Amino acid sequence: MTTFEAILLTIVTASTPLLIAAMGELVTERSGVLNLGVEGMMAMGAACSFAAAVTFDSTLLGVAAGILAGALMSALFALVVLGFAANQVGSGLALTILGLGLAGLIGAPFVGSRRDPIAVVDVPGLSDMPLIGRLFFEQDLFVYGSIALTVLVAFYLTRTRSGLMLRSVGENHTSAHGLGLPVWRIRFLAILFGGACSGLAGAYLALVYTRFWSPGMTAGRGWIALALVVFAAWRPGWALVGAYIFGAATVLQLHAQAAQFGVPSQVLSAVPYLATILALLALSIRRGRAIGAPGSLGMPFVPDR
Amino acid sequence: MVSRSLIGILAGAAALALSAGGAAAQQKLKVGFIYVGPVGDHGWSYQHDVGRKAIEKAFGDKVETTYVESVPEADSERAIEQLARTGHGLIFTTSFGFMEPTLKVAKKYPNIKFEHATGFKRAPNLSTYAAKFHEGRYIIGQIAGKMSKSGTIGYVGAFPIPEVVAGINSYFLGAQSVNPNIKIKVVWANSWYDPAKEADAAKALLDQGVDIIAQHTDSPAPIQAAEARGKFGFGQASDMERFAPKAQLTAIVDDWSKYYVDRTKAVLDGNWKSQDVWGGIDSGMVVMSPYKNMPDDVKKMAEETEAAIKSGKLNPFKCPIAKQDGSQVECKGNGALSDEQVLGMNFYVKGIDDKLPQ
Repeated sequence: MTTFEAILLTIVTASTPLLIAAMGELVTERSGVLNLGVEGMMAMGAACSFAAAVTFDSTLLGVAAGILAGALMSALFALVVLGFAANQVGSGLALTILGLGLAGLIGAPFVGSRRDPIAVVDVPGLSDMPLIGRLFFEQDLFVYGSIALTVLVAFYLTRTRSGLMLRSVGENHTSAHGLGLPVWRIRFLAILFGGACSGLAGAYLALVYTRFWSPGMTAGRGWIALALVVFAAWRPGWALVGAYIFGAATVLQLHAQAAQFGVPSQVLSAVPYLATILALLALSIRRGRAIGAPGSLGMPFVPDR
Repeated sequence: MVSRSLIGILAGAAALALSAGGAAAQQKLKVGFIYVGPVGDHGWSYQHDVGRKAIEKAFGDKVETTYVESVPEADSERAIEQLARTGHGLIFTTSFGFMEPTLKVAKKYPNIKFEHATGFKRAPNLSTYAAKFHEGRYIIGQIAGKMSKSGTIGYVGAFPIPEVVAGINSYFLGAQSVNPNIKIKVVWANSWYDPAKEADAAKALLDQGVDIIAQHTDSPAPIQAAEARGKFGFGQASDMERFAPKAQLTAIVDDWSKYYVDRTKAVLDGNWKSQDVWGGIDSGMVVMSPYKNMPDDVKKMAEETEAAIKSGKLNPFKCPIAKQDGSQVECKGNGALSDEQVLGMNFYVKGIDDKLPQ
């Protein structure tokens, strides 16, 4: 395996959790709900998945638990912002704090446990191709899953009736309500989907990326996922690109340090964030108009009786 | 998490104060601890908590211990003062950032004894203590120098501060002492604690030909990355063998137990005095976990070096020490660099190719 191949493989691992979480949040936001609790849901996903995986010695159950934990957290959020039409920004921030704290509590007995690496799926024949073989055909299921998720979300949003309904609810909930669309139900499901994805991203962190649990291990990745959604201008394809740019910048700066490029490491550490800002700038200049945020994003929905 | 533990402890402390108020208790010495991280960080705070438990074990009914975990450094004064108000006679604050708040509270409560880890400000009722982890790093450097097949060893650093830089230098000098051609690559995570990033940093080093990973960050992620690639590494702060049974050659363990027990005993006996302790392997503060996964001759060498450092025969920073540009460092200690020079180290030694970020 060449160094170049090795670098590409690490980039995939670094990008996958960002992509999964961003994809969930993207769907939630397209329905008009801003959930800032990604970091908290991710932490819960990581803690619960790890706890379940160790307790039952099953990665599969761990993943299921992570998804469930994320979904449950988001259901709580949905209750507050849909049921009581509470402020979404405040509720989302509260969800993050709650999630980080709860995750610490749930994970406490599992501090110090470890899991073995999960198996990679090797496509026989194809994985032996030079350079791209291992990159495309010898990854774990999460990686394939995250790509499939992106394709499915893109297809769902643009090619299905249900996706169109979700988008119209996000663009203008009053009109959508007037047309007889079930605004609350659609948003509830979109929030649940977002939570489940955050939980899955957390499960990936705990079960594949680090393979142990410790408090605070999400280390801000939930916030990056949120930024990616804006970066992508709420489009799944761009979220994929953004996640990989970010993952690449993170990994490459470490390689640049090891290769002794002579650039201060603090500057290199800032590269991923600079890349995000520059990309945002480039996107907004190119479009020449407001980036396509859903019209009703962040606004509580209180229908007239 | 912070508020949970804080509130829990405050409520508990209040209840204790109430229940103790009526009885003629107070013979019991209450010992309080302030931790910067969660007890479950596997590293720094975890090891301080091991020390706290040692106090309980050593003195049984004579003491009572309390801890507050995950205390933000900026908000620590409140937590420290709360311990002072609730009848604690001895309070340990275990992070550099707690220095000023500890000093402030110590001045307010002259009858309470305070102990601050890794700081340098003292008072008649405030001691400081720290450990010479760089002594352990010299030993692991020698092991790395012997064990590396590629001739390049790696280091995942947190921040380019003197404590970490001294560790890198000591590690490299150790490696150089057994292999003059050894090369080192350093990657800064710019974080004490980001497991995923630490893992990526270790992977980057491994991808670039490093086959031994040492770390000065707090999670077991780097050594775990080494294990996954069939390479070797060293545990940091606590024994990380359970995370990397095949990769861990040894670990530099912070062992505060003896110090904490001694200081508690001093308070109980009434002969506690303010002091400054910087203990190394000889004091028992720095402990090497069992040497494993290495040939017998390397193990023997490591044990001999450990014994030499313990007896004072060997100092990792014995003179002459040359900087990267070849200039000699002035020797202010007795045949070695002085403590101040080590504590303020801001240069790489000769042989390290990399540039130190300033």
